[in-house]
Order: sequence, then structure tokens, then C-alpha cells
Amino acid sequence: MNADASLAGAPGLDDPGLRSRMEDFLYLEADLLDEWRIEEWFAMFAEGATYEVPPTGDGDETDPATSLFYIADDYVRLRERIERLKKKEAHSEFPRSRQRHMIGNVRVTGMDAGVAEVSCNFVTWRAKRGVVDTYYGKHRYRIDCTCRPWKIKAKRSILDMDMLYPGKLTIIV
Amino acid sequence: MDTALVNPEIPSGDVDMVVEDRERHLFRVARRAFTEQSVLEREHDTIFDRCWLYLGHGSEIAGNCDFITRAVGGRELIFNRDRGGAVHAFLNTCPHRGAMVVRERKGNALSFRCFYHGWSFNVNGRFASRFEEGNYGKEHYGGGCADLAQVPRLESYRDFWFVNFDRNAMSLADYLAGAREYIDLVADQSEAGMEVVGSGQQYRINANWKLLAENSIDAFHGFPVHSTYFDYLKNIGSLRMDSGTGDFTARGMTDLGNGHAVIEYASPWGRPIARWVPSWGEEKRELVERLRQNLVQRFGEERGLRIAETSRNMLIFPNLVINDIMAITIRTFYPEAPDRMTVSAWALAARGEDSELRKLRLFNFLEFLGPGGFATPDDQEALENCQRGYKNRREVAWNDISKGMPRVGRPMNDDEEQMRCFWRQWRQRMAGAR
Repeated sequence: MNADASLAGAPGLDDPGLRSRMEDFLYLEADLLDEWRIEEWFAMFAEGATYEVPPTGDGDETDPATSLFYIADDYVRLRERIERLKKKEAHSEFPRSRQRHMIGNVRVTGMDAGVAEVSCNFVTWRAKRGVVDTYYGKHRYRIDCTCRPWKIKAKRSILDMDMLYPGKLTIIV
Repeated sequence: MDTALVNPEIPSGDVDMVVEDRERHLFRVARRAFTEQSVLEREHDTIFDRCWLYLGHGSEIAGNCDFITRAVGGRELIFNRDRGGAVHAFLNTCPHRGAMVVRERKGNALSFRCFYHGWSFNVNGRFASRFEEGNYGKEHYGGGCADLAQVPRLESYRDFWFVNFDRNAMSLADYLAGAREYIDLVADQSEAGMEVVGSGQQYRINANWKLLAENSIDAFHGFPVHSTYFDYLKNIGSLRMDSGTGDFTARGMTDLGNGHAVIEYASPWGRPIARWVPSWGEEKRELVERLRQNLVQRFGEERGLRIAETSRNMLIFPNLVINDIMAITIRTFYPEAPDRMTVSAWALAARGEDSELRKLRLFNFLEFLGPGGFATPDDQEALENCQRGYKNRREVAWNDISKGMPRVGRPMNDDEEQMRCFWRQWRQRMAGAR
């Protein structure tokens, strides 16, 4: 946790402005991804954070230690994912695809010691060489609101597609 | 043939699409083979309707009355165990009016019931509905025509279950030929048996299915396509090129017969069974060493260390890949169209494996393999680029698969002999041979 972190500065769950502040935070995240500003996107994550995409159709609570995920990044693997995406040799994203992230139904469902539980629905489009892939589902976050700026401690993207039609999961949905 | 290779004409027949000149070390495959609807239709008749096709692993239906449903060779199948534990493969269609009887992906059931008109079946396939007299004549139940239809042939090897839609096909054991030895190298990894972990991955690639058959056992593309994966291994301390068993391409390729082929090589990565890498930490080192020693005890130094150390990419014709690499993946794929396939991939692991090693295995898998990995998506990109490139097939009509043909002795992994094995078999099957 940051040195300047204090629970006193964190919003409460009943804070009337909480959801719109959270929406602003998530819109920024989506915007950074749309613009391929992936290092800045990665900087939104706290050290030790995780980023996961569980298998389709296996429910919200699946554990990557016992079930085969599409993505189960700890902080190091996530950093490496970003490093990889910056290379020309990450062939699936060279030339880069275009992407657009839409989120809605943002809800802050819990707040524990200044860490917010957040969920939202998403649709992400990825376009490359005339093929448009659509990814949709629900993001679940744990966001540390005790620091400035807020930091993502965990992001799990639960896909609603019953199989991964697009075939690739090379962008961050 | 000379003329065909120097100044190739666009081939007209299916058989002419594979041209081999051993004297001049030339092997060519017509790009039409990847693009034509008529080729796909013939493949269904001569390959998918006649070859042994992978259905599933026994662990996926571990308990009595467990079932899964799966599309195999263009059919919809039920793969299940009955009340006595016997394994079945049924065509998932009601003998009454055709509806798919089982609609869930997996489950456990004492009977199957078609929701359309309520015909019911025991899990051994027998018709089980009781209609009052007057509904059906006495002959109606005769000859099993009200039962679920069995797939013509169902056989297994080391708990890998296969179906064949050709009643007259050779036995599975004969068909697998040299591939049995390599299935053994996987199945022998645990005395407790092997199991599929979770539900597997399903995804689509916009490319002809044969491109993935080639790619799955192609070491030539390894470094050009996957440099970012090897960078990653290096960065996190998982790359180990120090093996005594030789370099990445050293061991070589083996023709397993019937179109099957394997490449075997010293692993540059860690293997949960049983090759430790520094990124796993010292505490895992002992655990992995115990597994190695256990393999050596069971199978002797040579075979034990072979199982532990080396990696193997195997293609069983036409479309089963068993890659025993940084993790074990079972992969099968079917064409939806000449330029589109659906891929199913599963992770296979030792039953009762240490939970920390299981975790490493799953992470090893997803780091390389699958749609979110650091390698597989780039393979997909390559395959889709090939498919795109075949739009030029009228002007540039042939693929070249000649690498390594002049070599004397055992072919190298990064030669293309394993693909030539596939294509020779493909050519023979397309010509109508069984």
C-alpha cells in the first residue's frame, strides 16, 4: 500500500459520488486500452495484482490452480504480457488491431478496508484485416481506493460466449 | 513430373495436389487443397468417415452414468458410461424424429430423455419408454431400431477413446501403429493414471484444418514465430538450454506409420514431470527430483529420463495432436468450411498430482498454449495469413515442403519430413485407399 494511503481518505460504500468516480476510473481504463496506451494501463495495477480470464461457462468462482484458464496472470506475467504486446514479434497484434471497449452496468458491490468490489458488463470489439471479433461478459474488480490514484488489485473478465469464437485473446478485453 | 515441378500447372484432380520427386528432393502441395469446397467434401468421405477419430479421455467420464456430448467428424455424439461402467459412444439423435437427445455439455444421468416427444433411453442406449397398447405395434421395438444408435466402432488405447464411422476399418491398435509407444510415454507418467483437467478450450481459427495439422508438429517455425515466448521464459528464469540430451532440434523426427509422426527434443522449458527450472524455486526442486527418480526406478535410466526430460509433438492422422511439452495438450480440430476450423484443446495431467505442480502445469499450459497464451495466438496468425495468401493460388499455386529431403539419416525436427508423412497419407486416402 502507498505511504500516503489512509482509510480516512477512502470513500464509503454509501458515498453518493462513489459510482460516478468509479465509472470515471473504469472509463479511463477502457480509453487507455482503446488507444493502445498499454503501459499506462498497466500502471493502473497495484503491485501484486492479478488479471484473469477463466474458461467460458465455468462460473465466477473458478480457481486457476485447479482449472485451465485462458489467462491467469500474476503481476509478473501481466507485465510480461504488456512487454510482449509492445514487440513487433507479437505477430497476432502486428500490425496492431483496432479495439473499442464499452462498459456499463457499473456497480460497487462492496467496500472492505478501502478496497472496493466492483462489477460491470463489457463489450469489446477487435478489428483486424476485415474480421471483427466481439468479446462480451462481465468484469469483476477489486480496486484499492486508499491510494491516489486508485489502483486495481484484481481484474477478472468473465466471458459470456459459450466458446471463444474469435479464437484469439491477444488484446486485453 | 519434372515439368510439373519446374513450371507447375494448377492441378485438376485431388491426387495431383501432392507431388513428390525424391530424386530431386522436391515436395509440393497445391494450395487448392486448402481452399476448395470439393476437396473438403472428399475429405469427409475418404478421411473423416474412415479414419479413427479421437473422442475423449476416459477421465472425462470417470464415474458410472457420467456423460459428455461432443462433435466428432461432423457428427454429434454422446460419450458416456452406463450403470455398470461400460463406455459407449452414441449418435446423439433420437431414433424417433431426430432431435438431439442430450443437450447438456456434460453431466450424470440415469437415463436420457428426448424433450421433443419424450422418448426415453437407458444409459446403455436401450429404448426405455412405456407407451400404452395401441400406440406402437409389437415389431416396433424389434431389432433395436428404437434404441439410440451406437457409433459403428469404439475402441480405446490407454484410456484414449476413439471412434470410427467405417465398420470395416482396421483395429485402433493397428491404426495407431508407432504412435502407441508415444502414447505410452504420456500414459506412463503416473501410476495413478492421467486425467483431463477441467473443461478444456474451444476456439475457432480462420484457416484450413490441415494448416494446424502441419503447424502442431513443425519445429521449423518455433524460433521465428515464438521469439516472444522464449524472451518471456528467459526473463522469468524458466529457460533452460543446458540439457545433456542435446539442443532443441537434436533428437529428431520419427515416422510412426499411417500418416502419424512425432518430433522429440530436449526441452528448453520446465516440465511438471519432471524437469525443474529455476523460476519454480528451490522448494519445488526436491519434489520434481523425486518424480524423476520414481520414473527412473519404474522404467530404468534411459526411458525414465526420456519421459522426464524430452518434449514430444505428435500428430495422429488426421487431426489428433498430443503434445507433451511444457504441459500436455490434447488437441483436435475439424473443418467448418475450407477456410475455417473449430479447435478443441484439453490439458492432461497426472491424477493425484501435487497441487503446487498442478498449478505450475496449468500456468505452463496457458503461458504458451491457447488463445490467451504467448505463443498459440501467433501460430493462429501465421495460419490465417497462409489462408489469406492462398487467394493468390491461381498465380502462385504450390506450397513447398521439401526441407531436409537431401539429408542422409534421421530427419531433423526442423526438417519437414513429418509434414510429408501427413501429406503422403492424405494423398493416399484422397485417392480412395483405406
